[in-house]
Amino acid sequence: MSYSNLEIWGIIVALGIGTFLIRYSFLGLVGDREIPAWLLRHLRYTPAAILPGLVAPLVLWPEATGGVPDPSRLAAAFATVAVAYMTKGTVRAIAAGALTLYGMQYLLG
Amino acid sequence: MRSTTTKSAYFQGIKAALPFIVVVTPFAMLFGVVATEAGLPLTQVMAFSALVVAGASQFTALQFMSENAPVIVVLASALAVNLRMAMYSASLTPHLGKAPGWQRVLAAYFNVDQAFLLSHTEFERAPEASVPEKMAYYFGTVTPIVPLWYLFTFVGAVIGEAIPAEYGLDFIVPITFLAMIVPALRTLAHVVAALTSILLALLLVSVPFNLGLLIAAVAAMMVGAEVERRMS
Repeated sequence: MSYSNLEIWGIIVALGIGTFLIRYSFLGLVGDREIPAWLLRHLRYTPAAILPGLVAPLVLWPEATGGVPDPSRLAAAFATVAVAYMTKGTVRAIAAGALTLYGMQYLLG
Repeated sequence: MRSTTTKSAYFQGIKAALPFIVVVTPFAMLFGVVATEAGLPLTQVMAFSALVVAGASQFTALQFMSENAPVIVVLASALAVNLRMAMYSASLTPHLGKAPGWQRVLAAYFNVDQAFLLSHTEFERAPEASVPEKMAYYFGTVTPIVPLWYLFTFVGAVIGEAIPAEYGLDFIVPITFLAMIVPALRTLAHVVAALTSILLALLLVSVPFNLGLLIAAVAAMMVGAEVERRMS
């Protein structure tokens, strides 16, 4: 790393302020003003619209394997989704995913 | 009565977030380790976790910094990773927008993925709860997560021992997100939105600055809303 101390502090503080402003944006500026019904209808789908797309490339092309699909990670993702779907239990699904990941890694050496 | 119900909402939030301790702890430690190994002193490692409070963007910034990228590129890349939080902010607004200004400032600072997801799911399940109850639940979900984010960044920075890649710690975060989102796909519209998101995010994966994900997300929200409109 070849930055000056001041540059590193600049990065940290600017990233902190920028991230806060992103998080504050609507919550702070819209506040208690009325939000139109069509927009509310879109906002209901925020988690469903972001997380699956965020996770999909990480499952198919994990960085830890240099972007090559990895049987243990694919199986772990599948087990997580299956248990989450059947039981609706987040904790059980995480446990199933972690057990599958480590079990597969153990079996495949 | 109000104080009793807000108090119980706060404890419900804590309870809902407790399991995520096992996810946040290693992730925070990993950041402390990697940032220290990249050459940052303890004060700067801690400042990162205390001011930014967003793991994925902190790792992104570190990665670009270790490649000695121009400052503006470091900032643009790391902030782009956080743009999804503008959508989080927007979808919390119908529930928390009527809260006092200082509470909204605090809520914005603490808006991490897990707190948002747990709270949004709860607010959709029980939309009739009062604003103080919803805010109490939200801060409840923050309580077990963010202090540990600081603490274990510190532990990682001080211990400074790399966690070997074969432990597959990188995959804890995707597993958590999958485990959280699947039970929240309550209707056909949610499922169609999720599938759209996956398909477009994979197709647009090479769009720079992570913007492919945002395009995919906006399209998926539109698809979800449209399916809901047609089915109602």
